[in-house]
Amino acid sequence: MRRIPLARLILGAALGGLLATTAARAADDAKLPKVEWSFSGPFGTYDLASAQRGFLIYQQVCSNCHSMNQLYYRNLEGIGLTEDQIKAIAASVQVPGGVDDNGQPIQRPGRPADHFRAPFANDQAARAANGGALPPDQSVLELAREGGADYLYALMVGYSDPPADMKMQPGMMYNKYFPGHQIAMPQPLQDGSVQYTDGTKPSLEQEAKDVVTFLAWAAEPEMVERKQMGVKIILFLLLLTGLTYAVKRKLWSDVH
Amino acid sequence: MVGLHKSEFKNPLVRWIDTRLPVFTMMQNEYGSFPTPRNFNYFWNFGALAMVAMMIMIITGIFLAMNYVPNTALAFDSVERIMRDVNYGWLIRYVHMNGASMFFVVVYIHIFRGLYYGSYKTPRELLWMLGVVILLLMMMTAFMGYVLPWGQMSYWGATVITNLFSAFPIVGKSIVTWLWGGFSVDNPTLNRFFSLHYLLPFVIVAVVFLHVAALHITGSNNPLGIEPKGPQDTLPFHPYYTVKDSVGICVFLIVYAALVFFAPNFLGNPDNYIPANPMVTPAEIVPEWYLLPYYAILRSVPNKLGGVLMMFGSILVLFVLPWLDTSPVRSARFRPIFRQLVLLLVIDVIVLGDVGAHRPEGWWVVVGRLATTYYFLFFLVLLPVVGKLERPLKLPDSISKPVLGGGGPLPGGAPAKPMEKA
Repeated sequence: MRRIPLARLILGAALGGLLATTAARAADDAKLPKVEWSFSGPFGTYDLASAQRGFLIYQQVCSNCHSMNQLYYRNLEGIGLTEDQIKAIAASVQVPGGVDDNGQPIQRPGRPADHFRAPFANDQAARAANGGALPPDQSVLELAREGGADYLYALMVGYSDPPADMKMQPGMMYNKYFPGHQIAMPQPLQDGSVQYTDGTKPSLEQEAKDVVTFLAWAAEPEMVERKQMGVKIILFLLLLTGLTYAVKRKLWSDVH
Repeated sequence: MVGLHKSEFKNPLVRWIDTRLPVFTMMQNEYGSFPTPRNFNYFWNFGALAMVAMMIMIITGIFLAMNYVPNTALAFDSVERIMRDVNYGWLIRYVHMNGASMFFVVVYIHIFRGLYYGSYKTPRELLWMLGVVILLLMMMTAFMGYVLPWGQMSYWGATVITNLFSAFPIVGKSIVTWLWGGFSVDNPTLNRFFSLHYLLPFVIVAVVFLHVAALHITGSNNPLGIEPKGPQDTLPFHPYYTVKDSVGICVFLIVYAALVFFAPNFLGNPDNYIPANPMVTPAEIVPEWYLLPYYAILRSVPNKLGGVLMMFGSILVLFVLPWLDTSPVRSARFRPIFRQLVLLLVIDVIVLGDVGAHRPEGWWVVVGRLATTYYFLFFLVLLPVVGKLERPLKLPDSISKPVLGGGGPLPGGAPAKPMEKA
């Protein structure tokens, strides 16, 4: 009857609205470069070698200013580090260890069960050391920014000299992709910022890709398990839908 | 009516219970042999789907509440702990989070079904009004649930929405302080929102029970909008509609699973992964998608109190809908003008949703005002007038006639019982 145009009309309006929204958002800022991520798509998994290189960058660069409070050292098993490696990494930092017999606070070497050590004792200390800007916690940073991994990558490679007509605030850097284009964080990564142990060439693009892969894993460590479970569940549901529909057809065959 | 029930069940245990408390007879009457119009299309799945969505929300919510901490210092971290350290916590939370969206999708389609096929008309006015109560309760529950993770959008959304009440003259400020339990959105606010977010779903269950009870008095409407005239027009609910609803539930679960497992944050706002910070206002404060149309109406009115009244009015107008529509014909299939207008209303609400997602600047303001105008014009002017002026198409004599092509004999496998209720 006349129900197909109705469905089309509504679907069309919904899609149109969605496209208009996406287009409007995209026009706001510079277009993010497209990166091929190991973890995108329904079958995507984290490239563990890349995530481990990213962790190296986090250790040597990011963690000087950024905390990662939601993570424990034990979580690093998720990027394929061994128990001994994790123990060594944790032991390399000093963490608050309660109080001694005289009631004085003490420090002890970290253990796998400890949270990642934060670089600053509190937000005020972090601001004081960073020209008034607060370096955000990186635990779920990949989820907390419009554009996710693509945006974080773009931010890493988006530094340049400001356009001639732009007046910069003191202490601010120009970044093509940062909202407002003035960012307090100096360019964190350059070619050769770290020495990779696996022979990978530490170009800026490679480093950015690796550290973002690590941050994506940190934000959603369950992603691989989630997608694998999802594939099984959807296959099961498709089968169940087929069976249910067949039963429905059979039951209704004498009604129509 | 004191006395033991005469049970027809054979099983001795079932019979023993049924004689004393006839729940089995009730289930048999209401979900087994219940005479249901034979011509439902798949739009009639959405009531059952809403029921499924509600149960999923309650079950996942109970498990989330076991691990969530309603304290401003701990709430955000406790949600992350659920995501990272609670066994399958990520699954429970993503099911709950996306379940809210799925519940609203299903309920909005359910409401559209009611509008399009005139299910709100006599004798189903009260049934419809109970549905509007459920919608209101759902909106309150969803809003308070969104505050619980205590992210940036939680905090600022709560601030904006509760501040709406300050628009009321004289008592406004006091109401807001009372809602907050203090002088800003803070720990007392989070505590009470958690308490109410746990309570309201069970209030919804109670109203759903009344909604279904009322439905079983009037019987269901159907795509033709004419009442069943006899057993040839109906089918027993089981197995015909239990199996048809099952097909719908399967498809619903596929869409739901696709969201949960492959795009769990697609409908969320990235800002809510930033812990709440009263000192930093996000660039844009937007509610969840299912509240955007109301938000657009709110911001389309240049006056704050006017905007708040219009926003509440957009829901309240639904309560009197049965009396605004003056046409005795239910189904839009036989109302050519109404049909166009109601489809335009669907587009209008989608446009309003889009407007609500944008800053009220430039063209968005104009579009928002036009869309708001049409929304109220539809209910307050067009419905009463069109009902009087429109010439409906000829209604079929009975439900079975167009289906069977001439009111043919009863099909062998369809032992339709005599009508008990409708």
